[in-house]
Amino acid sequence: MSDRVTVAKTYKLYIGGAFPRSESGRSYPVTDSKGAFLANAAQGSRKDARDAVTAARKAFGGWSGATAYNRGQVLYRVAEVLEGRREQFVTEVAASEGVPVKKAQSLVDTAIDRWVWYAGWTDKVAAVLGSANPVAGPYFSFSTPEPTGVVAVLAPQQSSLLGLVSVIAPVIASGNTAVVVTSQDRPLPAITLSEVLATSDVPGGVVNIITGRTAEIAPWLASHADVNALDLTGAPEPLRAELERSAAGTVKRVLRTKVGEDFAVTPDLSRIRAYLETKTVWHPMGV
Amino acid sequence: MWEYAPAPESRDIANLKPAYRMFVDGQFVEGSGEPLKTINPGTEEVLAEVSTASKSDVDTAVKAARRAYDRVWSKMPGSERAKYIYRIARQIQERGRELAVLESLDNGKPIKESRDVDVPTAAAHFFYHAGWADKLGYAGYGPDPKPLGVAGQVIPWNFPLLMAAWKIAPALACGNTVVLKPAETTPLTALVLADIIAQCDLPPGVVNIIPGAGDIGAALVEHDGVDKVAFTGSTEVGKTIQRQLAGTNKKLTLELGGKAANVVFDDAPLDQAVEGIVNGIFFNQGHVCCAGSRLLVQESIADELLEKLHARVSTLRVGDPLDKNTDVGAINSREQLARITELTESGEAEGAQRWTSSCPLPDKGFYFAPTVFSGVSQAMRIAREEIFGPVLSVLTFRTPDEAVAKANNTPYGLSAGVWTEKGSRILWMAQRMRAGVVWSNTFNRFDPTAPFGGYQESGFGREGGRTGLEAYLDV
Repeated sequence: MSDRVTVAKTYKLYIGGAFPRSESGRSYPVTDSKGAFLANAAQGSRKDARDAVTAARKAFGGWSGATAYNRGQVLYRVAEVLEGRREQFVTEVAASEGVPVKKAQSLVDTAIDRWVWYAGWTDKVAAVLGSANPVAGPYFSFSTPEPTGVVAVLAPQQSSLLGLVSVIAPVIASGNTAVVVTSQDRPLPAITLSEVLATSDVPGGVVNIITGRTAEIAPWLASHADVNALDLTGAPEPLRAELERSAAGTVKRVLRTKVGEDFAVTPDLSRIRAYLETKTVWHPMGV
Repeated sequence: MWEYAPAPESRDIANLKPAYRMFVDGQFVEGSGEPLKTINPGTEEVLAEVSTASKSDVDTAVKAARRAYDRVWSKMPGSERAKYIYRIARQIQERGRELAVLESLDNGKPIKESRDVDVPTAAAHFFYHAGWADKLGYAGYGPDPKPLGVAGQVIPWNFPLLMAAWKIAPALACGNTVVLKPAETTPLTALVLADIIAQCDLPPGVVNIIPGAGDIGAALVEHDGVDKVAFTGSTEVGKTIQRQLAGTNKKLTLELGGKAANVVFDDAPLDQAVEGIVNGIFFNQGHVCCAGSRLLVQESIADELLEKLHARVSTLRVGDPLDKNTDVGAINSREQLARITELTESGEAEGAQRWTSSCPLPDKGFYFAPTVFSGVSQAMRIAREEIFGPVLSVLTFRTPDEAVAKANNTPYGLSAGVWTEKGSRILWMAQRMRAGVVWSNTFNRFDPTAPFGGYQESGFGREGGRTGLEAYLDV
């Protein structure tokens, strides 16, 4: 009896809750760590990036306006669904990163746990980072953290799932929406993750995922006037300063990260803080 | 309008000296830049000659700050740093009248504002931050957050002493040392602050103050020895600095321009709202980044409110900054007056209706009569650009949703105001307006405990409160 021919998966982009091909019609071959062909991935374009920003902006009002409890449940739901597809991710991570299965299992487990960690933060950030301000006058003054808006994320190039999750979850936990450019050479776990997001009650447009050449897409996001913040984690080294200069055109918040960040370590709040604004409200007291 | 007898504060109190020098490494020294003459914008007379820094002086100052950081300030326990900062707060209070008069002379703001707002708030800022110096482990950035090193700080001319306090106090409390460049047109109170710092026996080099123009600010923020840059000023310059710092490891915070919406609903207490609107736009001649320069009035009360507003603004006294009765002082410089004039003309040219107070203006000095534009549309320059002067643009709205949409229709996002008797509507509006500070049924309130700073192109980072410490810590 001959082996059954498997159904090969088509990897597309994830924009506004849908899975389109790149409008450019381009794709590029993705190989495993040893150079064997894995699949073709969509090679995203400037237009795809702009569509993704539009989708992220459209989703921002609803997502940032959702209750923190609701966002927490949605993020936790991502962990649940990811857990259910654990074996698939182990296979993809092992192939993408060229690590032994045992290591891949550990990376996937940590990625799942990372969603749980951030899910728990959604309804605590305001209490931990906000304040009632004891001003010297008859006013009630309070400060609350609010999401910055649309965040463009250049995902780490090496850590295809754990790194990816570690840069997306803190963006959306506090109510921002994201446009993510995946690892260029290891994009497949990201597209599979988008299938998880699409079935985890994450509203369409909250996370948008583009595969392709980071150096080609990143400049359009860095200069885009409707992007509020930029995460440089996966930016190619020679491009980082130029991306930052572009980002200055609309005073974007830029997260410069140290190269070689260890995503296995439990994070602190710095990635959440990077995409928060503080709003201070004053109200007089009197009768 | 009642006639008031002049009630000028004595300018002798300012203890004005013919010449001022920069403050580097604990010494007042001649800078090697071209000296500048600072003038009284209220009379156009020269107040004093001020020596300025050259690029090599910037280097000297940064090195002094580095030495002080390495050898003294970063090693000193927070509890000891705190006492130095408390000393500064106390001395500002002790010399408050001198500072207030000098500020009004150099800047042009009315004495009642420098006396009642700028100077006391500057002292409060030092007092508040002093207490943080030995409590940083409680600020939420880990058990033992570290300073960044040398902070290069560039401040504007609208609140010269207060901005120096906003910059220096948190930097010192967190354990950094400072090189500060005051604005070209208003260097004097920062140099008196340097005198206070010297009298407080701060170790040499912990605070350095170097007057100069924009090129010296640029040299300071670009200097390799600077670890942290804090800038308050225009969005245009802020963007330039952000570009300059691209690819470096310097931490940056920016407090930039604004075009705040001040939203008045039909149920607002109108007389109270009028007072708030006047404070919002005419405080400090409108030279305020968070000024309520776009008035959004619910259509049903627009005519009534405008009438009350004109009547109230007509009573504002424009003139001698040192007169205790003066409500609106002098525009800070000839350049700023020209900019206000040009933008005002654009408002007329674009079809808005101009109303200008018929108040008398002094013959000499830079003055601009309070002006209110009605019939303003969102596309007009006077609705989009920061005028930074006593000019209000009035727009109308019908529904709360429209108010939010118009309030947020700007690349800025520093402050906003809302006037209504309905508490739920205040909170609803406050949640939706994309601005760093929202004043409800009040305007232009500042306190060191309350974080201040902008969304979007009004900058990033906060000053004040626990949140403000992040700007000066390596976290």
